[in-house]
Amino acid sequence: MLEKLLTAQKRYYVWLLFLLCVITGCGLVYLQQLREGLTVTGMNRDVSWGLYISQFTYFVGVAASAVMLVLPAYFHHYKQFKRMIIFGEFMAVAAVIMCALFIVVDLGQPQRMLNVMLHPTPNSVMFYDMLVLIGYLGLNIVIGWTTLEAERLDTDPPKWVNPLIYISIIWAFSIHTVTAFLYAGIPGRHYWLTAIMAARFLSSAFCSGPSILLLLLLIVRRLTSFEPGGEAVKTLTTIIVYAMCVNVFFYLLEIFTVFYSQIPVHEEPILFLFAGHDGQLSWVSYWMWVAVGMAFLSLILLIPPQWRTNPTLLPVALVMLVAATWIDKGLGLLIGGFTPNMFETVTPYMPTGREIAVALGVYAVGALVLSLLWKIALSVKKDVNAFSD
Amino acid sequence: MNKSRRSFLKTAGISAFALSSGIAEPANEAYAKLAPGRYTRGETALTAKRWAMVVLTREFKTPQDYEPLIKACHSAHNVPDIAGRQNIKWLWLDAYAHVFPDDMNSHLDEYTRAASYPLLCNHCSNPPCVRVCPTQATYKMEDGIVAMDYHRCIGCRFCMAGCPYGARSFNFMDPRPHLANPAPNPTFPTRMSGVVEKCTFCAERLAVGRFPACVEASDGRLLFGDLENPSSDVRKALANNYSIRRKPSIGTQPGVYYII
Repeated sequence: MLEKLLTAQKRYYVWLLFLLCVITGCGLVYLQQLREGLTVTGMNRDVSWGLYISQFTYFVGVAASAVMLVLPAYFHHYKQFKRMIIFGEFMAVAAVIMCALFIVVDLGQPQRMLNVMLHPTPNSVMFYDMLVLIGYLGLNIVIGWTTLEAERLDTDPPKWVNPLIYISIIWAFSIHTVTAFLYAGIPGRHYWLTAIMAARFLSSAFCSGPSILLLLLLIVRRLTSFEPGGEAVKTLTTIIVYAMCVNVFFYLLEIFTVFYSQIPVHEEPILFLFAGHDGQLSWVSYWMWVAVGMAFLSLILLIPPQWRTNPTLLPVALVMLVAATWIDKGLGLLIGGFTPNMFETVTPYMPTGREIAVALGVYAVGALVLSLLWKIALSVKKDVNAFSD
Repeated sequence: MNKSRRSFLKTAGISAFALSSGIAEPANEAYAKLAPGRYTRGETALTAKRWAMVVLTREFKTPQDYEPLIKACHSAHNVPDIAGRQNIKWLWLDAYAHVFPDDMNSHLDEYTRAASYPLLCNHCSNPPCVRVCPTQATYKMEDGIVAMDYHRCIGCRFCMAGCPYGARSFNFMDPRPHLANPAPNPTFPTRMSGVVEKCTFCAERLAVGRFPACVEASDGRLLFGDLENPSSDVRKALANNYSIRRKPSIGTQPGVYYII
């Protein structure tokens, strides 16, 4: 099926070339980081994880979200999802690759990373995180490729792939649960030490991932006239609304426990995120309030059915939802976990330009993988007349 | 072909010479000691079931009283002097409110509040850093010391997120340009960029029969001994004084005690 990549419009190759240029440019910044060390980032002794690990966390969620298509399609035989399921699976592949890269760029000694396998350590959550992510990557590549091949040949997928699909559904929940356990089991990090962390991760993933998928499919529809299916879009939007409601609800549960108990160490990270320190708003506070605004605005636009089916309002609402969840998980989670620090003082963290450049490079790799895989899928769908109703 | 044969013979010849002349002896010895199951302590080594430290804080009148201890530690372990927040600290000072935030009250006596307290790795009995490390680069020794293998560490910094005491430092940059040249202590390894490090309770000194550098420099104001031995200095001091530890509620069981 790889030959499908050879027959595309010129603008597709221009897009690939653009991504390659971004990857090269950002790759040079990464080389500089390799040479000078992680000193080029804004991380420090007290805030020892930053943008890289938070992006890793966010994209584990994006990867896991493919299950919101796979589960209805295979457990409930919801046929309308069948046409776009491959795009969810391939997006998961791109997202897991991004996760792996975000971990690699965060390592101080990346050439030693195989030590995690050479010295397997069952008491470390990171060991399991590596296992579940590699497994999930393999599952989605095998399932996606096999089912697409079957579609191309106009046959049913081979029987052996069905158990893999059922495993992948459970597996999707496991990857984000294990990622939450990286945080939720650490004594002394009060913002993270909460049993609802994994549930929050999953709910945030199940609204943000499908939103990103839907936004990308809307772009694809405009570019290629591929039609994801009106009914499918409607159902997926409903799933997004429920997941976002649950996500906001879970965050409010956290707020209640923290502020009704009035235990200072639990209050402080949230107060810092939203109100800053010593009467001074932190830069992240502005972002957090924007996230709050966008979260509620997106819900206002998505909950009434007549608005969420409106073709102009839907993308606007989805963009706001993605921005809100990204700020919560991609900025607030890490900064809140490390602020105040272990001495109950505040050490500021802000990603540096070079740190952001390296992260953009990883984004570009994800976009490249996604563009290649989706192009193959789109070509196959076009060939077998599964492009529109 | 010819060249590789020649270089093989050369290497073989040098190896044979080294083995027969005893040059390779130290290397063989190091290997024997590190090999699993064949490790034996040297005859002069200080041993304990569980090493612990007691800080007699009232014996230190000013922050300057701690300076020789910090200097001894940092030069014994080639700890670089790096400005800013990407610095390396093995032994350092902070105020009561930051060292014992759980114990703080607004009416604490002025002396206790204003004093400086030394901070270092607590060598916990139940160390979260060891629990989270994905490569066992940080591990607990049988005598209670939480040790680090700088050559196995991948620099993921999970241990820094895990440590509730902020005891760990990451080499954000190559530390060697920030050391005196030659390095203060040629018998202790310098580190490279991208690995985590921290206080080792001077395991390398205990192995040759010497107390930790800070203890030696403290004129008896830091006590160091076996917590499992009722007649040790640390046990006697703890039996006769009121002592506290940092963040006791999270169950890590620190091995550093403070007599306030």
